[in-house]
Amino acid sequence: MSKILIIAEHDGASINPSTAKCVACASGLPDAEVDVAIFSNEGSTLAAAAASMSSVRKVLKVDQPVNEHLLAAILAPQVAAMAGDYSHIFGPSTTFGKDLMPRVAALLGVNQVSDIMSIEGSHRFKRPVYAGNAVLTVEAPSDQPVVATIRTASYQAVGNEGSAQVEEFSLDASIPDHTRFVELSAGKSDRPDLQTASTVVSGGRALGGAENFDIIYKLADALGAAVGASRAAVDAGYVPNEMQVGQTGKIIAPDLYIAIGISGAIQHLTGIKDAGTIVAINKDAEAPIFEIADIGLVGDLFTIVPELAEALQK
Amino acid sequence: MEKILVGLKRVVDFNVRVRVKSDGSGVETDGVKMSINPFDEIALEEALRIRERGEASEVIAVSIGSSEAQQQLRTGLAMGADRAILVTTDSAIDQLTVARVFLALVNREKPDLVLLGKQAIDNDNNQTGQMLAALWERPQATFASTVELSGSTAKVTREVDAGLETIEIDLPGVVTTDLRLNEPRYVKLPDIMKAKKKPLDQVSLEELGVQPAQGLREISWEAPPQRSKGVVVNDVAELVAALKEKGLV
Ligand SMILES: Cc1cc2nc3c(=O)[nH]c(=O)nc-3n(C[C@H](O)[C@H](O)[C@H](O)COP(=O)(O)OP(=O)(O)OC[C@H]3O[C@@H](n4cnc5c(N)ncnc54)[C@H](O)[C@@H]3O)c2cc1C
Ligand SMILES: Nc1ncnc2c1ncn2[C@@H]1O[C@H](COP(=O)(O)O)[C@@H](O)[C@H]1O
Repeated sequence: MSKILIIAEHDGASINPSTAKCVACASGLPDAEVDVAIFSNEGSTLAAAAASMSSVRKVLKVDQPVNEHLLAAILAPQVAAMAGDYSHIFGPSTTFGKDLMPRVAALLGVNQVSDIMSIEGSHRFKRPVYAGNAVLTVEAPSDQPVVATIRTASYQAVGNEGSAQVEEFSLDASIPDHTRFVELSAGKSDRPDLQTASTVVSGGRALGGAENFDIIYKLADALGAAVGASRAAVDAGYVPNEMQVGQTGKIIAPDLYIAIGISGAIQHLTGIKDAGTIVAINKDAEAPIFEIADIGLVGDLFTIVPELAEALQK
Repeated sequence: MEKILVGLKRVVDFNVRVRVKSDGSGVETDGVKMSINPFDEIALEEALRIRERGEASEVIAVSIGSSEAQQQLRTGLAMGADRAILVTTDSAIDQLTVARVFLALVNREKPDLVLLGKQAIDNDNNQTGQMLAALWERPQATFASTVELSGSTAKVTREVDAGLETIEIDLPGVVTTDLRLNEPRYVKLPDIMKAKKKPLDQVSLEELGVQPAQGLREISWEAPPQRSKGVVVNDVAELVAALKEKGLV
């Protein structure tokens, strides 16, 4: 039997969709029994949301003032104290999970499996390496708990047909005071979330300036799409860092991805491999993005994009 | 502060299009260009800037791997590291063992700050800094885009999915770098000559007294599923028609 503990990601108000994707992954383990842990300062709403996720057996709630902000150094000893007889402890491959889970693994004295993209057995997993240029199958020792992060783009979130029980979990862990939260500056946006949107429009270095990104936003509005960017566009300061798509940005799987003025470097492509349909707009017919695009249009983005936005509005 | 320890991993250069060997035993590395992991170059650059501002006195570059990693350490010395340590291992080792090696060096060198990359671009693990911080029982500030030191604390801005998060940590501690922390300097020829005289110590895993952990067993390697090349349309009208046909708009 597999007994899995999933560490929920949330912002205090709601649970991040990455959690329901971890549940989906975990349910693929043999004889899976899936529990979800909520660490927060007051988690009853969050716990109720987790309890309604399909396939969840039990929700473990730890309310503590120190958990107001989810800092890895503060959470890791609590997760380790909860580890007990779980065979698997999973977190999402988001910046939250990537920060936390290796710290948990080290506290438990085990290696971590990063970015699980498929389950091949209770201890056998596939994961992408070399910016997605290779897929490696690894086997974790069967006499140790498996600590892992889940590549969320590889999974569809489970539904909301569950009715798990919520349990107040009391644990005994010494919490360090060497790490303090100062602030979070999050870009305010009414647009769909980049990581879950069904359509994403991304702009690259070719936009040439922050003002010029307006045409990308207008197209996104016409499509009801989220907006992303290449590293070059972020580095140049056209858009904030949370919009970066790729190996070191967000790995996404929308139904439709439109890459505009993006050359298609391997580090960018690894972030969009799981997209349903990829559209590329680029003036260079030889750009590598065309090798993986389902639909390509060669030309100047400054004429094509406004025209496309207008055509779609009709 | 006194010392900063920096990790420099030798990896396949980021420009190389990596290919899986036909027998599935690994990736093609014969004759392939090797470099310092890009995030580690950023880590070293940050350490050098801290030293150049007079906020640290010594920068020590560390690599764990085969003797060929001397090349990357020499490059690090040419960039400006004061000395280097190569921890030699015959075979590839797992990430928890790597973290234990860093812990052994931390106990020996007593640095105030350990700067590592957020991930090595070969295994894309993104683990070592977090593991080291856990074993060392010290703070971690991962995915850093700015690092400000003041006395015995550091204020670090982190690139997170929601935007930018700032945390304050007590030193000593571990910081891992994101791409926008800085732009690493280029190495100049005279510096390469000078670097040849800088100390590069070699020590084995056994000499450090590191107990290897139980690693993950590599079962097989395969090429990722390929997306097939699609169609090229001639104008916006054709593009819209193609999207409509797929039911996407
Ligand atoms: C360790 C590492 C990690 C990285 N991680 C990421 C990552 O997560 N995400 C990422 O995106 N990159 C990442 N990169 C960077 C990546 O290698 C590329 O440098 C980057 O993706 C290039 O961005 P770009 O396509 O916008 O710019 P460019 O490569 O400069 O491409 C611009 C494109 O725009 C086209 N163009 C120019 N003008 C017009 C016009 N008027 N109309 C139409 N087309 C036009 C050009 O033909 C060109 O193809 C990483 C690099 C490293 C080393
Ligand atoms: N063999 C190694 N030698 C030197 N530094 C390493 C080594 N392995 C990992 N590191 C450091 O740890 C960081 C994260 O690596 P990883 O956890 O493997 O993605 C790298 O960017 C390096 O700074």
